[in-house]
Order: sequence, then structure tokens, then C-alpha cells
Amino acid sequence: MRLELQGITKRFGSLVANDGIDLTFEPGQIHALLGENGAGKSTMMNVLYGLYQPDAGQIVVDGQPRTFAGPGDAMAAGIGMVHQHFMLIPVFTVAENVVLGHEPVVGGSLIDLAEARRRVKAISDRFGFAVDPDALVEDLPVGVQQRVEIIKALSRDAQVLILDEPTAVLTPQETDELIGIMRQLKDAGTSIVFITHKLREVRAVADTISVIRRGKVVGTASPESSEVELASLMVGRSVSLAVEKPAAEPGEATFQVRDLTVLDVHGNAVVDGVSFDVHRGEILAIAGVQGNGQTELTETILGLDTPTAGQLLLDGVDLGGKKVHEVIEAGVGFVPEDRSSDGLIASFSIAENLILDMHRSAPFARAGSLSPARVAENAAHRVDEFDIRVRSVQDAVSTLSGGNQQKVVLAREMSRPLRLFVASQPTRGLDVGSIEFVHKRIVAERDNGTPVVIVSTELDEVLALADRIAVMYRGKIIGIVEGGQTADRDVLGLMMAGVPLEQAREQAAGHHTALAAADAVAQAEEGAGPAPTTDEEGTA
Amino acid sequence: MSATVQDAPAPAPAPERKPEPDRPSYLQQVLDSTTTTVVVAILIALGLAAVLVVAADAASQDALSYVFARPADFFEAAWNAIYETYSALFRGAIFDYQAEGARRIRPITETMVSSVPLILAGLGLGIGFRSGLFNIGAQGQVLVGAAAAAYLGFTLDLPVVAHVVVACLGAVVAGGIWAGIAGFLKARTGASEVIVTIMLNSIALYLVSYLLTTAVLRQPGSTRPITPPVGENAMMPLLLGSQFRLHAGFLVALLAAVGVWWLMERSTLGFRFRAVGANQDAARTAGINVQRVFVSVMLVAGGLAGLGGAMQILGTDRTFQAGSAGSIGFDAITVALLGRSRPLGTVLAALLFGALRAGSPLMQTAAGTPIDLVLVIQAVIVLLIAAPPLVRELSVIHWAATLFGYDRKKAAA
Repeated sequence: MRLELQGITKRFGSLVANDGIDLTFEPGQIHALLGENGAGKSTMMNVLYGLYQPDAGQIVVDGQPRTFAGPGDAMAAGIGMVHQHFMLIPVFTVAENVVLGHEPVVGGSLIDLAEARRRVKAISDRFGFAVDPDALVEDLPVGVQQRVEIIKALSRDAQVLILDEPTAVLTPQETDELIGIMRQLKDAGTSIVFITHKLREVRAVADTISVIRRGKVVGTASPESSEVELASLMVGRSVSLAVEKPAAEPGEATFQVRDLTVLDVHGNAVVDGVSFDVHRGEILAIAGVQGNGQTELTETILGLDTPTAGQLLLDGVDLGGKKVHEVIEAGVGFVPEDRSSDGLIASFSIAENLILDMHRSAPFARAGSLSPARVAENAAHRVDEFDIRVRSVQDAVSTLSGGNQQKVVLAREMSRPLRLFVASQPTRGLDVGSIEFVHKRIVAERDNGTPVVIVSTELDEVLALADRIAVMYRGKIIGIVEGGQTADRDVLGLMMAGVPLEQAREQAAGHHTALAAADAVAQAEEGAGPAPTTDEEGTA
Repeated sequence: MSATVQDAPAPAPAPERKPEPDRPSYLQQVLDSTTTTVVVAILIALGLAAVLVVAADAASQDALSYVFARPADFFEAAWNAIYETYSALFRGAIFDYQAEGARRIRPITETMVSSVPLILAGLGLGIGFRSGLFNIGAQGQVLVGAAAAAYLGFTLDLPVVAHVVVACLGAVVAGGIWAGIAGFLKARTGASEVIVTIMLNSIALYLVSYLLTTAVLRQPGSTRPITPPVGENAMMPLLLGSQFRLHAGFLVALLAAVGVWWLMERSTLGFRFRAVGANQDAARTAGINVQRVFVSVMLVAGGLAGLGGAMQILGTDRTFQAGSAGSIGFDAITVALLGRSRPLGTVLAALLFGALRAGSPLMQTAAGTPIDLVLVIQAVIVLLIAAPPLVRELSVIHWAATLFGYDRKKAAA
């Protein structure tokens, strides 16, 4: 079955989640969709699966345009989906889960469990899944539960199988097994759409790779492409994000991370022996593909996670294991990765959000009593200083645009004397104007003499802001390079794919990517005259 | 070189935020219901109750049998039944225009007396709701508070003022501890406060029932499970003389409402309560100890409910028995939801429920309407308020609410 998406556009309010997506899934192929979280992959798959209706464009099955009013239509057309979070009923058996919704019936109303078992067994044996039809789903390991989902889709004659971030929940061994399963299914003629942001897996298994970024298909690649090419495509290339900043004047290293190790609930080291120094008046950017331990690192600095080993020394005092409010009172400003869930309280007013982590102390509170006048006064100042566009500071913060919401977070965190500033994805989801403003404020904070740590998966942002760049890969700092003009995209890209610094330099010297070449051309043109820095807007 | 770049990414706003905004929690939806919907719900409840009144009225039933021949008869009978019922309710609850002298205002004072424990317990529940805790345990908290107040009331012998204050404080502590158990378990183990508080209700009931059979609470020499009356000094002072039962507890309840307003709107503690109720993750990231907030909320909520229980004993009943709490704790849930968990709303809702409670006996004797009608009215209000996603889809409510200026889009925003 040949499945095509033609010009699929999906908007949510002013947000364009999918912007004219054209993709073709050939039969018997594994087609990988690569993109950062929030790039629009899941929206697209939900359109394909009938959960969302596209605002424009159409879905074409074997040359016939189709509309899917719901997952039922999509299933009937031969599309099966394995969600990242399994849609299984834990207290049902495998057989019961597989037939759920299209149960075989005997005697008019009884479920034919023997038939259900037979179906599960048939598929399981055919692909060597080794799944017991009578096992309760809740007793099965995650990897086997995923196979149950796959059996469920196959039992409905799925010819296109969508796997949404299937390896996110799997151990490395289970991932290998899944890759084996995918190859088997492909040999049996099933097309597979493999959604992921993990480069290695894509190269291991995909026949075709499409890279999605900011709601668009920005490129296609073959599995022979190097990881650095894929990484560059994913995180983007020279968008005009240059920040005019004076050279850093680093002072002493007041924030020192020493052999920091953080374990997740399963006991895996998500931050693995990380050490680095940040100097006063310096921006250290932590680059890397998402999910390599950056989130856990910043949350540990703030005290949301407890380090298993190592130290977080701020002016010689270990922050490890301290409570969040103690870390904040020690002078740490923190911009969380996800402002809507962790940075702001949507139903609270702008003024209240601006004192969220300062509400205990003077001047906003005395003897346990808040002063609304001072809270409002503070809000008026911050709104002015950070150019936050509001109607009234008493409006709920949810009435603001994303850019203005992020300015609220930034204004709050920068409104007290800081001894360390940590920002995760500070410009995620913002428009160009807001990005520029946020970058300027971060540089200003640096010039105040604050050590600054920026975590970003956008290479452009890293290059624009960083005085030094640390690349994180699988919980480790794989290398630290100087930022600014001397930073080499190719080297960083290779490091993001796990190649150690020295090797990365060697490889990059001998093998320049098309992207780097394009950058060089663009830079030359820019030198020659007022060249279009964002030429993509002409072509879009 | 196998990679082909179709177009470089435009620096457009990236689709970062979740496509669909998170649905507000069930509790949040209930609390977000507007004043208009609340008023409409009450009116609809009264309207539905009127239909039941007519259906149960013998004269109307007779007239209905020949309604096509003489429809006027039926409507007259129906109107009479409705008028008699609601006028009796009014005379019983607000102002008895048929009585003489000072007795004419006795109904409104009875309404106020009935509302006192509802106000206090409702305020406590409202704090919990706004902090994201669905505390169903006011019944148990009221009961242990009442028991503690009675115990301190009849065992101690203290001077005026001191005695009543000690008895009230004892009730606050008892109620606070009772609710605090649920808060502590939630903070420590993540146990659902809904289940724990429901269980604690039963435990409280059987605990006091047992204590009432022992020398701890039972009146010496009696076999009935009832305490001795509390001392004279432990009683709340009467406000309007011995003709009326209105006691100083009503003022305490109003003061508590002002105090809760200050707590939630002006204090740093209330700021943390509300922050945790609205977004736990953001609260945690801002350095708020969410676990400690759970415990604090339950202590305050239980303390208020316990004080409500004390009012029932020290203000009106004087003796304590297992049935002293009646259904105060459960009615208080409705009161808090109806009052949208705001102090003023809670006071008004408690007065409404107090009025229904105070007026229903006269309604039964004067109009012959079963006292259960009040339960129907309460139940319909609960249904309309507590099932907002369902109710908002009911077109009749929409239609009625629009008449009263309810704007669905504004409410959704």
C-alpha cells in the first residue's frame, strides 16, 4: 500500500504545527521521521491516524484521496499505530487486548477467546514474538507490551505501521529486538513509519529518512548520510541569530560541577560523571540532541533531583541535595525547559507569576502577609523593563503570547541579584523578535558578571550565545570547545552524535558536509553585500 | 553527498506548545463555574421542585383528570400548591408575616443558626478545593471536633470566656489532626486524599459511637449513648436574648470567612496553597514544598470543620451524640462547591442551605409538602453545579443562562 501526504497543514490557533507537509510512504520500506520534540511529528501522525482533521492538504491511499474521520477509518484503510504511551488495558490478557474493539463472537454474544488466542498465536509465531496470549499485560515487560501493540495493529491487517518514538521506553537490548522485528515486518511487505529523534537507530534501520523541523519537511536523506548531517538537518542551520556581544571577560570560576552523577528511577545514569566550570561573566552552552541528560542536569542544579554522586559548588558551597527554595535563595536564577508546565501558573495573574519564587520575602511579604501594592508595583517595573505586552498586570498570564510568557519567566528570574543563571531552551517556540530580546538579556546578565549556563538543542542558539560550548551525549560531557567564530558546526555535529572531540576534529577536517559548504557560501555572499540571510523565506 | 536540503528552516514560531491546551481538572471546572450558572442552577432546582410539588398535590391531581375540560382548575390548584409550599418555606426560613411581634424575625435567626457549622466546614473544604485537594472528610472532622468540644465542655470547669475558648480550640485541634492524617498520608505516600478522608469519616463515626458507650463520653448513670450537657460557661453567648437561638458562633463564622479570605488572597501561605492547587510542577520549580502544603491545607481545613462541629454543640445542642453532626460534613461539600470555594460565596451558599433546613419543617406542617422536597432541591443543585461538563452541554441551561447574561465563550476563556 502506498500512502501519501499531500500538502498537509494543521494549525492550532496562530500556531502552525504542520506547514504543507508532503511525504510518500512506499510499500515495504522503513521510513524514518526525524525531528526534535515539538517539531510537528506527532501532530502529523495524528492527522494521518484520523485524530486531527487537516486544515489543508489530503491523504492519498494507493492513488485514492481519503478522509479519516477517526482512528476507525484509518484502521479500516490499513493504517496501524503504536503510540508512545501504550493503549493497553493492564488487567486484560494479551488476547483480550488484541481483539478489543473487534472481538470474535460465538453464539451471538459471547467473546470467542479461543479464536482470539489463535489470532495472537498466529501472528506471534509468524514473527517469532514469543508472546503468551494468556499473560496479563500488566505482568509483561515494556518491550513485550510493545509487541502486543504491534500484534494488535497487525491483527487488523495494518499495511502501514506507525511507530511513535518506539524506543523511548526500551532498554538497548529491547531496542535491538525491536529493530529485528521491524526488519521482519518490512520483509513481509509492511511499510513502517518510524518516528524518532535518535540518530543511531535511524541509520541502523531506515530505508528513507525525512527530517521535520518547525512543522516542515526540511530535507530527506538516505541512511548512508552521516550522523552529523542528520544532526545538522534536525537542529537547523544558519538562521540569522547573530547576537552582537562584546567579548567575554571571564572572572573566576564560581560555579563548579564535579563528577556529577544522577540516576533515574530505573537506576540508569542519566547524568554520568559530569564535570565543568563556569566563570563569572561567561556563557557556557550545553549542546546536544534532546534526551542526553541535559534536563536532568539542570533539574539537579535547581534541587528538583538529588545527585547520586558528585558536587555542585557555587562559590564553594555544595548545592547538591539542597531544597529548591534554598538553591533559589542562594542566588540561582532558573528558566525551565517547559515554561507552561514548570515556569508559570497559567491561571495566576502576570503580577503573581512575577513573584512566584520570591513571594516569601521582603519587599513582597512581611510577616506572612503579601502586599498587593508592592506586587503590582514590581509587575509594572518588570513589564516595562522587559517590554512585556500586557493589557493589565492583573490579567491571567495565560492570556499572553508564548514570547511574552517567556519574558515573564525571564523577568522574574533576572529581577533579583544572581550568582548563577541557568536557562533551558530559553527561546523554544518564540518568534524571531522575542528570540533576539531574550538573547540580549542573557548576554546582559553575563556582562553583569553572572556565570550563565544555557541548555539548548538548537545549534544556532548555542553558536550565537556561547563563550564556551560543552556537548552532552548519553549523560556525559563529550567535550568542551571554545564558542564564537572558532566553533565548527561539523565538529559540534559529530560530537552531538557521540564522536569524541579529537576524532571529531579529524573527521570534520576531511569531510565537510554540504551544509557547512552552504554556510561558507552564505558567509562569502554576506561579506560581498547585503545578501539575503534568510533566503528560505523566499522559497517557502 | 546524499542529503538534499529542500529549504532551510524559517525562524517561524515553532509548534512547541501542546496542540490542545490541557483540560482543566474536574475540580477546576467546578470552581470556574460562574455566578450566573450558580444562580441559574438554584432557579432550575426550585422550578423542578415546583413540578414535584404539583405532582404530589392531591387537589392538582384531581384537577389534572379533567384538565382538557377545565384547564383553569388545574392551573389554579397547581399555583396554590406551589404558592403554599414556597410561602411556607419563606415563612419558616426568613420572615414569618403571620406571627406576632419579635417572633416574626425568628425564622431568619434560625436560618443563621443552621448555617453556622455549614459556613465553617464549607470554608475549610473550599481551601482544600482551591489547593487541589478533594477533601470529602468534613463529616468526620466535624464529628471529632464536636466530640472534643463536648468533652472539654463537660469535663472542665473554667471561668466565662476561657471555657468556651478552650473548648473551641480543642475542637480545632481535633478536627485539624483528623484531616491532617489524610494530608500526611498524601504527602508521604501519595495516598489519595479522597479515599483516606472517606475512610476517616467512618472511623470517626464508629470511634465516637464507641466512646459514647464508655465512661469517656457517656453521661454517668445513663445507658443512652449521649454526653452530659456542657457547662454554662462553655456555651456560646446568645446574641438576641433567650427568645432566639442565634449565638455568637454566627459572628465567629463570619470572622472565619474574613480570615480565610485573608489567608487565600493576602497571605504567603495561601499563595502557596493556590499555587499548588493550580500547577504543582510550577509550584515545585518555584521552590514551594508541595508535600508540606498538602499537610498545611488539611490542618487548616480540618481545624475549620472541627470548629463547625464545636458550634453545633456549644451553640445549640449542648449535649453530644453520634448523630450530632447530622449531614453537616456532606452538605458542606455542596456549600463549598456552590460558593465556588470563595469565602463570600460559601457564606451565601451556607445561608441558602440553612434556610432550606430551617424552613422545611413549617413547609411540611403548613403546606403538607414532604420535607424530602428540600433534599430534592439540594440534590438538583448539586447535580447542576458538580457536573459542569455535562451541564454546560444541556441546552436548557445554556438558554436560561444566556438570558441571564452568561457568555459561554467568556466562561471558557
